[in-house]
Amino acid sequence: MPLDPSFIGRSYPPTPAYEVGREKIREFAEAVRDANPAYADREAAKALGHPDVIAPPTFPFVITYRAAAQVVQDPELGLDFTRVVHGDQRFVYTRPVRAGDRLSVTCVIDSIKSLAGNDILSVRGEVAEESGEHVVTAYMTLVARAAEGE
Amino acid sequence: MGASINYDEVEVGTELPAQSFPVTRATLVQYAGASGDFNPIHWNEAFAKAVGLPDVIAHGMFTMAEAVRVVTDWVVDPGAVVEYGVRFTKPVVVANDEAGAVIEVTGKVAAKLDDRRIRVDLVATSAGQKVLGMSRAVVQLA
Repeated sequence: MPLDPSFIGRSYPPTPAYEVGREKIREFAEAVRDANPAYADREAAKALGHPDVIAPPTFPFVITYRAAAQVVQDPELGLDFTRVVHGDQRFVYTRPVRAGDRLSVTCVIDSIKSLAGNDILSVRGEVAEESGEHVVTAYMTLVARAAEGE
Repeated sequence: MGASINYDEVEVGTELPAQSFPVTRATLVQYAGASGDFNPIHWNEAFAKAVGLPDVIAHGMFTMAEAVRVVTDWVVDPGAVVEYGVRFTKPVVVANDEAGAVIEVTGKVAAKLDDRRIRVDLVATSAGQKVLGMSRAVVQLA
């Protein structure tokens, strides 16, 4: 069953705030073997003009992917997650994520397409600080491969 | 922001220093823990093969994180990256040995934009296969 295109434009409630910890940023930077001092050394980050250590450019996915579970696991949408692959990913930053941020994500379904039996789902995650300040928008495309025999 | 590269000193075609990023099974386990993505295709060989993959594959987001380092190491301030996107075209297959796999990344300035910004196009390959497509970063220069 192809996904229902009437879900295009559907917006999900903002997630509870995710508090970005300095040690979580360090752990993530170590996992990607990235020794840039802006991720681990507050003084180095300040010298670059940031108020605290910042997170690597792909770190927001940790938060937006978790938020996208609302969409991916929405029983009304009915996406078969066992057949899903990550098609593409894009971030548009107002500023880097930084330690101390309390971030909430609002997920919106931007598009649903069906191509050769595959469902292509584009979900946008608007990431904002508790103050309301926009931080980054994450655009994710998931491809659910056609079930065999369909 | 503290971008160390001056817009006026960069031309279309300027190459950024290329880099190679090794990745082993241990790297993937560590990334799974740090990112919260515990999909078994990234650590369980039997599971990966059962779903039709040649072997365990790296997280696409791990590859995306490595590729942008060609930009962030060059510009020094990672906060200078104002936009970054990729398409996941082929998986990075990671063998169960100490060598694992290597992700090779090159980048060059593809366009000079308004407001002292540039677009960098990245090419990421592993075992001779292009693993990212449309891999582009928009960078704010000084």
